[in-house]
Amino acid sequence: MVLKEQFILTKRYKTISTALMAIGVLTIIVLYVAHGSKSDPKEQARFWGSLLMNSVYFLLLVNAAMFFICATTLSWGGWQMSFRRVTEAISACVPVVGIICGIILFAIVFGGNHQIYHWTDASIVKDDKDLLFKSGFLNKGFFTAWTVFTIVSWSLFGWKMRKMSHSLDNKPLENIEAGKKYMWKNTVWSGVYIVVFGLTVMSCTPWLWLMSIDAHWFSTMYSWYTFGSTFVAGIALITLYVIFLKNNDYLELTNREHLHDLGKFMFAFSIFWTYLWFAQFMLIWYANIPEETTYFKPRGYGIYSGIFWLMFIINFVGPILILMSRGSKRNYTTITFISILILFGHWLDFFQMVFPGPNPDQVPMILYDFGVGLGFAGLVMFLTGRALSKSPLIARNHPLLKESIIHHT
Amino acid sequence: MAVKKFISGSFDDEAVLFPAVKQVRRSGHKIHDIYTPFAIHGLDKAMGLRDTSLHVAGFIYGITGTCTALGFITWALTYDWPINFGGKPFFSLVAWIPITFELTVLFSSVGMVWTFCWLCQLAPFVKKDHFNLRSTDDLFVMALECTNKTNEAETISFLQSLGAKDVQVQHKETKWWWGTYDKDKKIFEPKTETVH
Repeated sequence: MVLKEQFILTKRYKTISTALMAIGVLTIIVLYVAHGSKSDPKEQARFWGSLLMNSVYFLLLVNAAMFFICATTLSWGGWQMSFRRVTEAISACVPVVGIICGIILFAIVFGGNHQIYHWTDASIVKDDKDLLFKSGFLNKGFFTAWTVFTIVSWSLFGWKMRKMSHSLDNKPLENIEAGKKYMWKNTVWSGVYIVVFGLTVMSCTPWLWLMSIDAHWFSTMYSWYTFGSTFVAGIALITLYVIFLKNNDYLELTNREHLHDLGKFMFAFSIFWTYLWFAQFMLIWYANIPEETTYFKPRGYGIYSGIFWLMFIINFVGPILILMSRGSKRNYTTITFISILILFGHWLDFFQMVFPGPNPDQVPMILYDFGVGLGFAGLVMFLTGRALSKSPLIARNHPLLKESIIHHT
Repeated sequence: MAVKKFISGSFDDEAVLFPAVKQVRRSGHKIHDIYTPFAIHGLDKAMGLRDTSLHVAGFIYGITGTCTALGFITWALTYDWPINFGGKPFFSLVAWIPITFELTVLFSSVGMVWTFCWLCQLAPFVKKDHFNLRSTDDLFVMALECTNKTNEAETISFLQSLGAKDVQVQHKETKWWWGTYDKDKKIFEPKTETVH
């Protein structure tokens, strides 16, 4: 059997991604004219909040692909090897989306608008006991340093992992010793990446980027919650790409068995996300301390409650009921549907994480944010497609490829 | 209790077993079961078995657990003995979710274990006939059920030609029954065929 190893970008694919990016740019311009150019800081915050939410969501989303690679490498999993290039291609978006996200974050922190990040305003922090107490962590210097560290290290280690994978394409491993050495090198680098990931996504980064919007409120689970949200969405994105390539007659070595496992991942991490959501919610609900309930007041019981409960249904009830049976996890249509549902649901999750802070009085028009989100989706499509077409679709010399070919669920 | 006549053969390699299963099914013989010391991926497909409905049972047990927990707590804390916990409403669903979750898991897991044992006919103090005790160690044992049309000699040589070793005709009880292994020695006595 001759494998179709080279992905060729079709014109349709390029047109769609360009059109989506055009929609995004257009929405940003309209949003800027309607809100961002106003002198009222609240109006400006509406504009920047939309950019913040979408850029952070899509950055964490594409970065989840690299986490998936490193986690499976570290556990010596072989089943994902037949579509590993897809995850690599998605993670190749990290540098570009990361730079965009970094620019937006710095523009908000240093741009003089304190509506989103209250703690950037020295005159407020001066008289605020809580913010003063937190200022050792919540200050512009640490924010800058940590943001740069986050984006640079994700890009760098992701690049290293991809480079090691591509180095085998034209140079097969000579013997078992070379293979063992290669696997060991991969294990070490993914271990380093996981440590960096633990320090960034699973702890400080979501606290700084998202939780500090509600600067008075705090939750140590918040980062895990954000991780759960983006990881399940990242798996959904990987699944969508696998199905897209399967539909175009690529990835001959990937079959229903792999799809089944991806479905299991989505099912499991939807429940993991719900578990974290509930653990965070229940303790605050039970203790009922005013400084903690401020977070859930506008979300669960205020004007944002519609979006809040809708996203809970989409992200928990949908996956648990639809993905529970074996048949639905092996069905391309169901999996496509649920992947899109999960991607949208966790995007809504980010919407309700960001906007009650800067816009407490009314729910902003979500169509604007959706338009900006489509723009970012187009960018991810464009970058992923480009990365896919650059290297063979099968990591043909990887020692664990056979394990993936004979994979059986 | 129904003693039936079987022809059993042992295999020691999956690479031999899988083509043999295919050939046996094609020749029209009825495979009673294949006993293996460990789960072999793809053997159920090769034998043409349907998917297990164990998970459906698990779902039903889980739902039962959910309903039991929610039903009981609701009855106890809103109707039978309402208590004011820190000013929370009597019907405070959020606080009951952990218990509901635990009971769902408990019901579905314990129920599935019992159902699994029932389906596999496993239980303490219960006896089961074996075709070849080495099927718990290092052999894959295939048992073909004999019918009126089965030509024993032909089937035996057919199995042998497929790579089976130790092919023999056996009369075996297919159900499970009460008894202890040490007291009742009848299991090792020769059995005769019953008419069906």
